Amino acid sequence: MVQKVLSGNYAQSYAALLARVQVVSAYPITPQTSIVEKLADFVATGELPAQFVKVESEHSALQVCVSAAALGARTYTATSSQGLLLMHELVHWASGMRTPIVMGVVNRAVGPPWNIGADHTDSMSQRDTGWIQFYAESNQEVLDTVLQAFRLAEHPSVRLPAMVCEDAFYLSHTVEPVDVPDQATVDSFLPPRESHAVLVPGQAMRLGSFTGPDHYVDFRREVADAMMRVPKVFEEVEADYERIIGRSHGGALPTYRTEGADAILVTMGTATTTARSVVDELRAEGRKVGLAKLRLFRPFPEDEVRRLAASADRIGVADRSYTFGRMGPAATEVSAALYTAPRHPAVTCFLTGIGGRDVTPHEVRHVFETLLSDEEPRTHWQDIEEEGVKVDG
Amino acid sequence: MAKLTIPSQELMYAGHSACPGCGPALSMRLLLKGLGPRTIVSVPACCWTVIDTPYPTTALRVGFLDNPIEATGASLSGLRAAADALGMKDVNIVGFAGDGGTVDIGLQALSGMLERRTNAIYVMYDNEAYMNTGIQRSGATPWGAWTTTTPISGGLHGKPEPKKDIMAIVLAHHPAYAATINPSFPEDFDRKVERARDIVGPRFFHLFTPCPPGWKFDSAQTIALGRLATDTGLFPLYEVVDGQLHITRKTGQLKPVAEYLAAQGRFRHLTPADVEQIQVQVRSDWQRLLQREREDLSLPH
Repeated sequence: MVQKVLSGNYAQSYAALLARVQVVSAYPITPQTSIVEKLADFVATGELPAQFVKVESEHSALQVCVSAAALGARTYTATSSQGLLLMHELVHWASGMRTPIVMGVVNRAVGPPWNIGADHTDSMSQRDTGWIQFYAESNQEVLDTVLQAFRLAEHPSVRLPAMVCEDAFYLSHTVEPVDVPDQATVDSFLPPRESHAVLVPGQAMRLGSFTGPDHYVDFRREVADAMMRVPKVFEEVEADYERIIGRSHGGALPTYRTEGADAILVTMGTATTTARSVVDELRAEGRKVGLAKLRLFRPFPEDEVRRLAASADRIGVADRSYTFGRMGPAATEVSAALYTAPRHPAVTCFLTGIGGRDVTPHEVRHVFETLLSDEEPRTHWQDIEEEGVKVDG
Repeated sequence: MAKLTIPSQELMYAGHSACPGCGPALSMRLLLKGLGPRTIVSVPACCWTVIDTPYPTTALRVGFLDNPIEATGASLSGLRAAADALGMKDVNIVGFAGDGGTVDIGLQALSGMLERRTNAIYVMYDNEAYMNTGIQRSGATPWGAWTTTTPISGGLHGKPEPKKDIMAIVLAHHPAYAATINPSFPEDFDRKVERARDIVGPRFFHLFTPCPPGWKFDSAQTIALGRLATDTGLFPLYEVVDGQLHITRKTGQLKPVAEYLAAQGRFRHLTPADVEQIQVQVRSDWQRLLQREREDLSLPH
């Protein structure tokens, strides 16, 4: 184990290196690019004996990974924003083909207007594709989660692709000390990919194929069942990671000071760190508030969310993207999960940090105050309400 | 009796679901004879998606990977990268894509694969329209042809634009090998496939594949029609190795294109003036091809 000062992007690159990926394919896009630049360095120096396929689009990048995985290679790619949207067709293809690809997603706003700030619209619009989705809070968590994602994605009872998402700039371009495990330790956590249902030269086999409604539904059901097996396998994977590498990030929905809380805020990614400090301040003032970090978004940690309802009467969800005509996607999911809970706390959606706006302690405090007030739950476009929209100067 | 030069091995089962007289079905059989069993074929959405038969069966004795319609070039790069990374030797990585999936929606991925010098064979089987979806025009549909989206009505007279020249586009990428092939000439077809098989680098075939239901002709006439396409000069047979072009079939005098056009319902509406316009174009294209061959031969090699 050595400590390095790494950006979130380089944490992705080092994790892919330690995972001994065999095929990397990518297309440049801000703010993802430095992930694959670093991987290109690793490949050029021979540190990573992999094939790096430099493609002419993100659509091709993911196709390269799908086809390489179909022949048995461990594959990695990374992208952001428009790039992920262009991949969308192949995002479905990767899960339907059961290819255990791991993809770094640097969450960035979607145009127009052009904006390169942190925003979850890109990966949220891939919600229904059959990919496992993690959202990381720190660069350390990025590195650890990428390694865990490979183990999870390749697990015989899962065999699904996984995205490890990190907020643009707050993680991608901010450096912090990261413990980088040594290769031998990672090797004992993550063995080489087991070949299963891959093409073999000289053998008749078809991967993909076409079916009528009879078999088609079987294939969809298999993806659905594999996804539902993820929570249990992830628990094992994270326990193994802790045993071998010595760190855990607390599962799918780690909580903070939720005991006896009247109001709990659910956050994703980097907003969590700020919110945690605000929880400490409010607790010091005697306010009963807590925090839950939505680390695993697909499959959705339904049971863990229901447990939040044990004490809290009010649950806020800080969403970094919006489902037009509804509310934030995380808030939608939390509400749905609570419907079958024994208690029904009110759920309020706070749209915070859209397009790279800072989620400040001041703002998080305001979120908690809104939650603790008797205001009817609704969707708050927090930034706009606080600062006002300036029209015509 | 002369000894057949076509390999006897069969890597395609008789049980497939192609239409009678299907050019692409015949061509896959010939292609695999030349390539052998250590072949993986990547196939986009096209007629062959269906011809290979639905899950859980397959019509081929080699590996078959489905890919979305526009991504064949990228799929070949991924397969080759994995084969290299995993130390798999002597594997033919082959794309088998339709004309729409190549000259229209798949052109970017093809260009990327050629530019990256992916060590693979890309075969574009050209039945000159989107046949699998019911005969819609593609960039490879020839001038004047009827399709369901270039109807003969309301002043329309078949496809108003000429066919896209995919070989010129491919040759601009300087592939290791490129050739035109036609299943009506199986010896020429097989010789080129075996030659391409042993070359390293990006290789491309423009494969001519008559389509009885799409072109409206008797399915018993596929081979005869294919011979006419080449012998009228509409689909000349040639190969380009290291940039040098060589015509592999010359018959002294070209047959009139009217013979080829009259054999197909999709050209039935053409007037004598239309036919003459096509004839003039074909003659000029053929002269240009002969000129290119002469120039290439005169260059230091």
